[in-house]
Amino acid sequence: MRINFTAVFGAAIGVALGLAGAASAATLDDVKAKGFVQCGANPSLIGFATADEKGEWSGLDIDFCRALAAAIFNDPTKVKFTPLNAKERFTALQSGEIDVLSRNTTWTMSRDTSLGLKFAGVMYYDGQGFLVRKALGVSSALELSNARVCTQTGTTTELNLADYFRSNNMPYEVVAYEKNEEVLQAYEAGRCDVYTTDASGLYAERLKLAAPDDHMILPEIISKEPLGPVVRQGDDQWFNVVKWTYYALVNAEELGITQANVEQMKTSENPEIKRFVGAEGEFGSAIGLSNDWAANIVAKVGNYGEIFDRNVGPSTPLGIARGLNNLWTKGGLQYGMPIR
Amino acid sequence: MASTDVSGPPVDRTSSLINNPRFRGLFYQVALILVVGWIGYDIYSNALDNLRRLNLVPGDGFLDRTAGFGIIQSLIDYSEASSYRRALFVGLINTLLVAVLGIVFATLLGFLIGIARLSRNWLIAKIAAAYVEIFRNTPLLLQIFFWYFAVLRSVPDMRSKWSLFGIAHLNIGGVYLPRPVFGPDAGLIGIALLGGVAVSIIVSSWAASRREELGRPPRVWPVHLALIVGLPVLVFFLVGRPISFSMPVFNETGPLLRRGFERGSGLVVIPELVGLLLALTIYTAAYIAEIVRAGIRAVSHGQTEAASSLGLRPGQTLRLVVVPQAMRVIIPPLTNQFLNLTKNSSLAVAIAYPDLVSVGGTVLNQTGRAVEIVGVWMAVYLGLSVLTSIIMNAFNRRVALVER
Ligand SMILES: N[C@@H](CCC(=O)N[C@@H](CS)C(=O)NCC(=O)O)C(=O)O
Repeated sequence: MRINFTAVFGAAIGVALGLAGAASAATLDDVKAKGFVQCGANPSLIGFATADEKGEWSGLDIDFCRALAAAIFNDPTKVKFTPLNAKERFTALQSGEIDVLSRNTTWTMSRDTSLGLKFAGVMYYDGQGFLVRKALGVSSALELSNARVCTQTGTTTELNLADYFRSNNMPYEVVAYEKNEEVLQAYEAGRCDVYTTDASGLYAERLKLAAPDDHMILPEIISKEPLGPVVRQGDDQWFNVVKWTYYALVNAEELGITQANVEQMKTSENPEIKRFVGAEGEFGSAIGLSNDWAANIVAKVGNYGEIFDRNVGPSTPLGIARGLNNLWTKGGLQYGMPIR
Repeated sequence: MASTDVSGPPVDRTSSLINNPRFRGLFYQVALILVVGWIGYDIYSNALDNLRRLNLVPGDGFLDRTAGFGIIQSLIDYSEASSYRRALFVGLINTLLVAVLGIVFATLLGFLIGIARLSRNWLIAKIAAAYVEIFRNTPLLLQIFFWYFAVLRSVPDMRSKWSLFGIAHLNIGGVYLPRPVFGPDAGLIGIALLGGVAVSIIVSSWAASRREELGRPPRVWPVHLALIVGLPVLVFFLVGRPISFSMPVFNETGPLLRRGFERGSGLVVIPELVGLLLALTIYTAAYIAEIVRAGIRAVSHGQTEAASSLGLRPGQTLRLVVVPQAMRVIIPPLTNQFLNLTKNSSLAVAIAYPDLVSVGGTVLNQTGRAVEIVGVWMAVYLGLSVLTSIIMNAFNRRVALVER
């Protein structure tokens, strides 16, 4: 007994000291030291984040994490993914389990200010919509009085839904599941008349239904859902890395720099492009990266438009038009803050 | 060593305190307490620091903010405009509901299966054994999904129904029953019922003492019937039928969303509750069956033989001799199963039954108050477990007293 006691004592001190030291290091140094980015992702949302049989991840949100890895390590594979459902995601980030959350997460004021988190950009401008059976015979969300609505817990969706039905004086009933698979199964089994979530999610989930053509998305978009990457509050350096990775993607598209031409662009005389590829200025080192960080992103992952087209664009099963997600110069909202 | 010499060996003044076993014992105990206390404090203050850094000053003030989300089943008044505190309360009541119903059903089914396993009828015994093996050896979450989606997929859709005598109806929206509506004087019926039960108990104890004299129990069941059923029914009519029923209203025509059962009419048991209850009952009953079987086996065979030689029929032997003795062995592990069932009910969240964990998770997610909400969860489940234990221990003491 007594011999063990000393060991227990030692272990206890170790644990206590370890706890006291946790969660205070700079994320970028941490990431560099361990050699990869730990990225929280959606387990399965076609076009945004899915893993194939080999465990190979792809999607718009996934490509953002890869861009981050390319910026830091010049290697888009140096990233590990943690699948998270809606409810788990913020706790995982707060507790340091992941370095960045890139999981169709809506930027709201309360999340940005009172959860100890910071949103770093908007990868996808979205809004909440409704999916119904065509057989129901409704053509507008305003006809949904008395509907039973399936949705996922821990989302902005739940709250928008309540607001919308209440403000339109329509009685409704909400059935809220923890995981998306159950929402879809229940909707398909007929537990609900309506399935609601972000329109992007509706496009993606509709493809999983047995007969997608029997269902339609109603025209009303009832909310603003700017979806983007999130980091922990209080680490400005890491926040900058994530934020500027996003701006780099958009700037690249604005400047016409693509995965195919980025090598040639390195010899361009255009001062903006020179700054972007690192031929001029010290922009990379200002955020703790190499000066060719942005060129590496584009070389390894492509620019914003390429990422969009590859994962969710018109040539993919989702076939989503650029719409709000077009560049500001083309009538959309994507606008890269200048690198200068 | 102290058994012969209570005062211990005489202390050698020259040897130091270090060699004194008493002192050393005391020293280690104090040191242990200090270390545990220090670790506890360290965790506490560290958590506090981290929360401050995240802008989350601990406290329960956030519970008064508006919840803003709907809950599908609430036994108390609740709307989106209610507070988080209210929402959590709704969740707690839903947890209690499923736990209590689950305990009752699982116990009944468990006893039935447990006794069936000991049946001399080969088929019945084998079926019971298969039941136990199947349901004990598959994960509960899987069973919950199975029953829930089995229910959803096998019943009529929302615009049609199955009916039983025009009173109970079933479709994918749930089970629809008449809902009792209590008028102002309905309380009197409750009082009559309580009074009837109280008098019945007195009658029972009188009957027990009479039995000693008569050598057989006096016929008291008509008296019980009159007191417990007759009296409340009489009062019901005397005070002018204060209880009425709201029947489920079914619309067959109109726009699709208006068809089916009308909101607010009748009493609806949602399929999430049905699925969860089915799964919890069937799963826990498998364990209870084994406990019951073990308990009955533990009663020595001589008891059964003695009972038969006294001329008791098998049913009587079981009811009067075996089960009362088996209860002593059954109750402690049965308590465990009740606790398990209550805690397992938190898997509800998977199928959208709004229990405490489900609603709490939503609140947690919206407010980011992980520490507080997890604290509430722990306190509630601990409280429920302790409460269940206290009740079962009291029951156990009563049963143990019967022992000769
Ligand atoms: N943007 C909303 C909703 C995000 C969300 O969780 N959407 C669901 C429905 S598309 C989802 O991605 N579920 C996938 C899963 O949890 O497996 C939010 O941030 O609260």
